[in-house]
Amino acid sequence: MSTSNREIIANGLWNNNQALVALLGLCPLLAVSNTLVNGLGLGLATTLVLVSSNATISFIRNWVRQEVRLPVFVLVIASFVTAVELAMNAWFHDLHKILGIFIPLIVTNCTIVGRAEAFASRNPVPQSMLDGLSMGMGFTLVLMTLGGLREFIGQGTILSGAHLMFGEAARSLSFSLGGDFHGLILAILPPGAFFGLGLLIALKHVIDKRNAARAASRVESVAAEATPAEG
Amino acid sequence: MARLDRNIFISAAILGLFGVLGAALVSLTWTATAERIALNQQQAFLRNVYKLIDKSEIDNDLLKDVITLHDSSLAKTDVKVYRARRQGKPVALIFSPVQGPGYASPINLMVGVRYDGVLGGVRVLSHMETPGLGDKIDEEKSDWILSFTGKSLGNPPADKWKVKKDGGVFDQFTGATITPRSIVATVKKVLEYYAREKENLFKKPAENIDEVPMH
Repeated sequence: MSTSNREIIANGLWNNNQALVALLGLCPLLAVSNTLVNGLGLGLATTLVLVSSNATISFIRNWVRQEVRLPVFVLVIASFVTAVELAMNAWFHDLHKILGIFIPLIVTNCTIVGRAEAFASRNPVPQSMLDGLSMGMGFTLVLMTLGGLREFIGQGTILSGAHLMFGEAARSLSFSLGGDFHGLILAILPPGAFFGLGLLIALKHVIDKRNAARAASRVESVAAEATPAEG
Repeated sequence: MARLDRNIFISAAILGLFGVLGAALVSLTWTATAERIALNQQQAFLRNVYKLIDKSEIDNDLLKDVITLHDSSLAKTDVKVYRARRQGKPVALIFSPVQGPGYASPINLMVGVRYDGVLGGVRVLSHMETPGLGDKIDEEKSDWILSFTGKSLGNPPADKWKVKKDGGVFDQFTGATITPRSIVATVKKVLEYYAREKENLFKKPAENIDEVPMH
């Protein structure tokens, strides 16, 4: 069963998006998505771990015995997470301070063991890395969208705290509606995360349905040999 | 039976091998980052300190001139005091962290008191207050915390060391009174403690503390 690269990317970003379809990794997704920058930071850290762990697990897939497979996966993942955590503490110190406990908690993000088991342990290294990258980016994009929405609705800013990630020069990237806007606090609080995620999932369903309907009507029109479908 | 033993042994060996490899990866990263992380933490701490007491006023190594206080009249947890001096003369004390009660969970403060008892300033090191309400104590969110700078026990008078709602001079936030009330009370406690123990605090021999300050 080999999957084409295009399929791997489409699965990661959309069709089998870990946050919107598989609903894995909800704990960091809901907790850290209060600003866009937090979401981006945690998303990238998760992606880095996913790519490294998928590559390693795919590399060793043929000689790690079935019965110790899971403990080995967990060891590999936990080691990478610790390394990423230390590196973030060293190079993105302020962001690390804000994300706090959620970086070590990447260890328990089900997405990572999920991809190790479902993909990396059955596919060659390059595809596994691509899978890790796509799944990671899909997760990151949802985190960023949710973070951006909650931040904007909740406190009227976009990219607040950009300097934590990109240095002082990026402070001017942040956009604020101004001091008078107090926002809808609900969006920042945990329930806001659930509402936001629910809306995103609904939106994805709507888009998927519309695409399916369009594809179906195109097939029909081709079958009926009417005028050629227009792009 | 022998076959089972062999299987267990092989599985354990594989697991052990990965344990070693994982530990190697972590140790290598640790070695590569440890120094930088410690430096980051010191710098972040000093950045906060210099906001309270200007860098040019201090010429000693703050991080080496530290005492620890265990006094329930000050805070329930230990308070570290970093002593700023210039040419051997006392300049200011940095109380950090001072833990005060918060709405959700304790708030950790850094309080800078100048030698004459005037506040160099107050900063919030960590808190879990409600976003949008109590979190305005954060310097990034509002200027409220800056209102302490320059205040002392006589200015405003002791009975005005309260939030406005309680008849004092400090603002509260719409929808959140508990958080600012608690911080005002904690800062006042520090100032009172300082007034009582001033000379002692500067004289105590420095402790040999080899840990990174909280910031």
